[in-house]
Amino acid sequence: MPLDKKIVILNYGSGNLKSISNGFKKIGENTLVTDKKEEIASADYLILPGVGSFGSAMEHIISFKDLILEHINEGKPFLGICLGLQILFSESEESPKIKGLNIFKGKVKKIPEGRKIPHMGWNSLKVKKNSGILNESNDKFFYFVHSYHGVPEEDIVTATIDYGVELTAAVNINNVYATQFHPEKSGVHGLKILKSFMDL
Amino acid sequence: MLTKRIIPCLDCDLQVPEGRVVKGIEFKQIKYAGEPAELAKKYYEDGADEIIFLDITASHERRGTMAHVIENVTEEVFIPICVGGGIRKVEDYVNMLKSGADKCSTNTAAIHNPNLINEASDVVGSQACVIGIDAKRRYVENLSDAPDKNVVESDKGYCWFDCSIYGGREFTGIDAIAWAQECEKRGAGEILLTSMDRDGTKEGYDIALTKAINEAVDIPIIASGGGGDPEDFYQVFKKTDVNAALAASIFHFNEYPVPKVKDYLNKKGINIRN
Repeated sequence: MPLDKKIVILNYGSGNLKSISNGFKKIGENTLVTDKKEEIASADYLILPGVGSFGSAMEHIISFKDLILEHINEGKPFLGICLGLQILFSESEESPKIKGLNIFKGKVKKIPEGRKIPHMGWNSLKVKKNSGILNESNDKFFYFVHSYHGVPEEDIVTATIDYGVELTAAVNINNVYATQFHPEKSGVHGLKILKSFMDL
Repeated sequence: MLTKRIIPCLDCDLQVPEGRVVKGIEFKQIKYAGEPAELAKKYYEDGADEIIFLDITASHERRGTMAHVIENVTEEVFIPICVGGGIRKVEDYVNMLKSGADKCSTNTAAIHNPNLINEASDVVGSQACVIGIDAKRRYVENLSDAPDKNVVESDKGYCWFDCSIYGGREFTGIDAIAWAQECEKRGAGEILLTSMDRDGTKEGYDIALTKAINEAVDIPIIASGGGGDPEDFYQVFKKTDVNAALAASIFHFNEYPVPKVKDYLNKKGINIRN
């Protein structure tokens, strides 16, 4: 019998973390929602959710920065969701003075005006390249709610959506996966992504 | 492309342990539609895009019951959940989100204390702050008859829209268009817009109201009040640019299950998730 995989959801403030742990539970995986450093350090899979603004999230995340980078550098699977995708970038127009984690080189920009903001609702994914967790996701609908989107300098976008303009929907470098949409709120197709993440 | 959202609303009576979904016609003939968790699961499986739970008694003391209901629901339902009624403090937003809700809707509390919108959006984010606006038409003879209000032309003549509170039991005289704009400035992320003229009538959404508010703000609007059949959904999506439409009883009593509404819209060329 293999040892159980340890899945940690990083808790760095108020937010809907329960839905993420419920999503994993539904696919048969137990998670630990925690802010305890020793637990985070021993995680096999680490999930970074998103709450509030880029600046306020980074304020809370800064004390976990080394742990996050260590997890990533060890090559262990990492998933950023929504704002958890954005703070992996270098910087954001939302909080110009605050630096992001800089795993994805580039900037998070405001969604261009002339449309409803936040972009809220179900949009169909255009998978650009197979990142391992999106293998059954092309043309499927996922739930989005965001006012900013990531614009990377490198060719790391794995999926986009059409909102009158093309917006980044998912990004991947090596073991680091990130989705602008909420897999835990995207019905069966979202749960499939969590499952694929666990199969990495 | 972003699809139009179809949202069932569950009006919840929380005086029993697991809550029960009710549909009353002007608070008189109350019908029970089932348990919230059970109905929510059915709607999720039917392809609803989101579900709204409203505590119709707006009872602050029953927040614990609502939190319990939401906890049960989100074990099995993986679409966005919004909770309204009895949300009065930032702490209420935080607790509901911790229970698994994604958004909270406030009406009366925000009108009494608009700063609540700023405070809540700072803590939980704009995306979780929905403002409920329950608006009633006030007709005037001429465009210039109510100089301090935003008067629009409706199918029945000129009118402005008056915000009501306490579930439509009291009117404030606050202009709904101006209030929607203020809510947006203060950090609201979405407006749940109910026509008090149409609510419970099944005569269709108030197009004049929906169009006016939708054009006045850049945040998304959910149209509510009057949705009685699939054609009503089609009309509101065809005649306005709203993102979402809500209905309650047509879903509860299986008159028009969610897939039937979506099939109809799909055939009519409306972009929906199927």
